[in-house]
Amino acid sequence: MDTTLETTITVNGTPVTRQVPARQHLIDFLRETVGLTGSHIGCEHGVCGACTLRVDGEIVRGCLMLAVQANGRKVDTIEGLSDSGELAELQKAFHEHNALQCGFCTPGMLMAAQDLVRTRPEASREEIRAYVSGNYCRCTGYHAIVDAVEEVLENRKGGPR
Amino acid sequence: MNARAELPLHAPGTQTDKGYIGQSVPRPNAKRLLQGRGAFVDDLRFPRLAHVVFFRSPYAHARIRKLDLTKAARQPGVIACFDGRAVAEYCTPWVAVLAHLKGIKSAPQHAIAIERACWQGEAVAAIVAESREQGEDALAHVEAEWEELPVVTDMEDALANRHVIHPDLGDNVCFRRELDTGGVDDAFAKADLVVEETFGFGRHTGVCMETRSILADYNAADHSLTVYHATQAPHMMQDIFSRHLGIPEANVRVICKDVGGSFGIKVHVYPDEMATAAISVMLRRPVKFVADRLESFLTDIHAREHRAKIRIACAKDGRILAFDLDDLTAIGPYSVYPRTSGIEGNQVVNLTGGPYKHREYRAKMHVVFTNKNVTCQYRAVGHPIAAALTEGIVDLAAAKLGLDPAEFRRRNLIADDAYPYTFPSGVKFECLSHHKTLDKLLVLMDYRKLRAEQAALRKRGVYRGIGLAAIIEVTGPSPAFYGVGGARISAQDGATLRLEPTGMVTCIGSVTEQGQGTEGIFAQIAASAVGVTMDKVRVMTGDTGVTPYGGGTWASRGAAIGGEAVLQAGRALRSNILDIAAAILSMDKAELDIVNNEVVNKLTLESKLPLVELGRIAYFRPDTLPPKFQSELTVTRHYTPREYGFSFTNGIHASYLEVDVDTGFVKLLKHWAVDDSGTVINPMLVDEQVRGGVVQGIGAALFEECVYDENGQLLNGTMADYLVPMSGEMPDIVVGHVETPTRQSELGAKGAGEAGTAGAPAAVMNAINDALAPFGARVTVQPFTPERILKALGKV
Repeated sequence: MDTTLETTITVNGTPVTRQVPARQHLIDFLRETVGLTGSHIGCEHGVCGACTLRVDGEIVRGCLMLAVQANGRKVDTIEGLSDSGELAELQKAFHEHNALQCGFCTPGMLMAAQDLVRTRPEASREEIRAYVSGNYCRCTGYHAIVDAVEEVLENRKGGPR
Repeated sequence: MNARAELPLHAPGTQTDKGYIGQSVPRPNAKRLLQGRGAFVDDLRFPRLAHVVFFRSPYAHARIRKLDLTKAARQPGVIACFDGRAVAEYCTPWVAVLAHLKGIKSAPQHAIAIERACWQGEAVAAIVAESREQGEDALAHVEAEWEELPVVTDMEDALANRHVIHPDLGDNVCFRRELDTGGVDDAFAKADLVVEETFGFGRHTGVCMETRSILADYNAADHSLTVYHATQAPHMMQDIFSRHLGIPEANVRVICKDVGGSFGIKVHVYPDEMATAAISVMLRRPVKFVADRLESFLTDIHAREHRAKIRIACAKDGRILAFDLDDLTAIGPYSVYPRTSGIEGNQVVNLTGGPYKHREYRAKMHVVFTNKNVTCQYRAVGHPIAAALTEGIVDLAAAKLGLDPAEFRRRNLIADDAYPYTFPSGVKFECLSHHKTLDKLLVLMDYRKLRAEQAALRKRGVYRGIGLAAIIEVTGPSPAFYGVGGARISAQDGATLRLEPTGMVTCIGSVTEQGQGTEGIFAQIAASAVGVTMDKVRVMTGDTGVTPYGGGTWASRGAAIGGEAVLQAGRALRSNILDIAAAILSMDKAELDIVNNEVVNKLTLESKLPLVELGRIAYFRPDTLPPKFQSELTVTRHYTPREYGFSFTNGIHASYLEVDVDTGFVKLLKHWAVDDSGTVINPMLVDEQVRGGVVQGIGAALFEECVYDENGQLLNGTMADYLVPMSGEMPDIVVGHVETPTRQSELGAKGAGEAGTAGAPAAVMNAINDALAPFGARVTVQPFTPERILKALGKV
């Protein structure tokens, strides 16, 4: 019995068409089929946020979405948003604040943080903490992550756009 | 420039290398991780890669009556299925004991259980398939019949030996230790105040974001094994794979690329990982095992689970006269290889009462086997237990004497000029700074103002608490930790520095990187010691085929030991470079120095020779150098601390929080930590180590517990059920430093990675109890859940 479906997903701007097993998660499709290993698998049950991706502009858990559900949609990963420069400010701030240690949660954390930067430019420190609560980090204790995101928001407020 | 001329690194003759030491330089090697371009084990791609999954015992203790793998073997994509006996043909069992832990015992443990499983989650069969999905599908076709055996889950039950888990051992006691300075009964008899309390500590675990991962690649042609491993100790694993798989050590290479957090979880030998390596040999192809999150909760080492009674004897002026401790801890069915599971209890005995100047101490400690997952060394090993026991009972004594907790500590902390000092447990302190750290903490947190605020709010029915916790911490251990007990675990580390023809410096170190910043500080030290800018330094770690031999990352040793090796190698390379420069320039070496990538005149700082030109001549035109002159642009140096068994550090934490006395919820408002980890190489990285450690300590204090039922079933083995700290509930954490460099090394650095975890739980506990004081309520069993707090308040 064939349990695959032809699926076309625009990954970081490039359409990718494959016969995809119906049960395959989007994160496994990206990592195993496309070879984009930047998004990580931390829990496989939607809690830790390490696999956070962007689908049609909204952040989602790559382990809670099937690849076939992304058929015809646009998926952005850490690799794509790094190359486009969209994450550059956050990446610089994370680097300068050491807002990452082992780096395993970092791609997902950056995706969530970028979503906040885009949608809540006025977020307070408390709101930043609340917004990234769905992304676990076991190394940093979060303080530096909040500092880094806060700095990006401040810079955007103060500096020329 | 940060002028810190008093530190040993800046001793006479080395003024120019102060460079990057003490500066908050971002980690050069972190950039790839920010773009998702790291290389964790599960990111690697190999031809003919097979995936192994494990069939695990559903019971905590059961005999395997039947295990039929034939149906599983016929499933699509399945390459092979193995039981314990098949794997044992290739991998010998182990017994985790150490000679210096007198009397410690354990049972032989196999890579895959044979005949009997002793905890829920122990692997009893391996299925190898072309994909992980196919392997997992085949698991449903394993046919097993079990005979359930009596389950021992409670520590007291284990100690009572009603059911002995390993009959050959005679009883359930893995290890016991007693210590007595001799005058304890006398001290208690003379005391004005005696206080006693029993504290409980739940089991918790590390929850590394990257689960345990291993990819073993056996090459039958040359009988060699290359293992890509998420481990903290590649050389230790090289030795272990060699001895248990019967492959010459020189044929085993362990490579750690990026490792997604470790915290002590990834420094142990795991049976499923040994099985994976054995299966690679059996199948003569690369085999990968990546634990899923449920397997992680069932099989990553757990830690803590102690119940301890502590008594303190005090004079009415507040002097502590003696401590008396009785600790019981349970470790699961096996002592974990090769470090043993006796160390945490041993540390509790060594460290309890550690910051204080009493002279009488008695301790009794039992380590017992149970049918739960194994426990072993996790970040801060024993320290959070010792700190909570000490600081919990100290606060209680202070309260009974009507003394402020800060003042009570001031009266009892060992004086800053009392060193070297031998503590009643026998451990030796080279030089600590308890009073300096206490003073700094009280200023940082504005203690008096905070107390006034607390009092004012209390009148309005807002219950806030302030908790202090002073600690000592074992860092940078000598061979006294493991080597003396017979474990082949290196206490020394090495670094190789090489000047490249382009003037770049390559630094290859044996300490590994799991995110703590080892490679970053090595770049800082190497650049400073050689005289180059940091952009000229490349650091590599984590490959037994390439790096000098060393211990890796554990016991807060990377900066203290590995850093000193880099410093010594850097100085040697600098000297060798100057030999070449002197030959090229026909000048006296003593007239020359290296600054900013150039050889300069030491007095005038006039540029004499860029290193890129020196490299060109040394490598490509050595014919132009004097006859018989041979340049040496690769140097290796090693370092082992020998003078003291451990580089003890000290610190003090404060927690400020609010307890909702109607719901039992705790809101953390702020946390302060002042630590003395000797020379601070990179203040930002030390701050971040402390902060991360504090949050893991807060997790233990408030949220994290591996909950088992009476049948030995883990009840919360998912990330949704096992709570770890999230950003929204964590406070800002203020970190302060006091620097008392160790005189054992020229760098003067001690460890910093575990200090946060050591002190935070005690500070949080004391703060909660301070908040609850108006109600006469106390909590003593971690984690301090809302339910436990409400019970203490008599509300549920």
